[in-house]
Amino acid sequence: MSMSPAQRRYTRRILLLSLLYAALLMPVVYLLSRHLVAGPLAFILGVLPALPVVGFFVAIGAYLVDEQDEYLRMLVTRQSLIATGIAMTAATVWGFLEGFELVPHALGYAWPIVWFAGLGAGGCVNKLLERRAA
Amino acid sequence: MNNAVRTLRSERGWSQQHLGDLLGVSRQSVNAIETGRYDPSLPLAFRIAELFGLAIEDVFVSPSKEP
Repeated sequence: MSMSPAQRRYTRRILLLSLLYAALLMPVVYLLSRHLVAGPLAFILGVLPALPVVGFFVAIGAYLVDEQDEYLRMLVTRQSLIATGIAMTAATVWGFLEGFELVPHALGYAWPIVWFAGLGAGGCVNKLLERRAA
Repeated sequence: MNNAVRTLRSERGWSQQHLGDLLGVSRQSVNAIETGRYDPSLPLAFRIAELFGLAIEDVFVSPSKEP
């Protein structure tokens, strides 16, 4: 299936952000896990790997603005809403269980990971709905 | 929403891809509109009707008039 120009730009942005994430994460983990950096610089370094992840969300927003094909835009909107529903539900349930000390603490960056997994689930829902109606 | 897009396209011997190219949308979108699982926006519905040289109500069936 051929990609729309907006899909091609989105894919390129995600690829670049993934490379940036990998490039930033490794040195930051090395420096901070060995306590080689402290103070404000440690905070700045600690935030660096988060920036490409924030970029993933920006890339999805940019895609929705960029996409001229309204049906494709609707598919990605539905996919993102499913992902948001899954991530927010998981965070809420886990938060209550954690509050009652029934499950271990989950780091905050677990929820974007759940959200990205939710995008996969949303993609499957789109495929199923398309197949059922075809 | 029921519509005559598939019939009108077939009469002209166009593929879904060709119609999509003429409208500036994907083949996937044309398929979704033809099978009634996606209702196009008003601007796209007008573009479709104008491409076939018809009025919008000759291409798309008003839901209130569906059997």
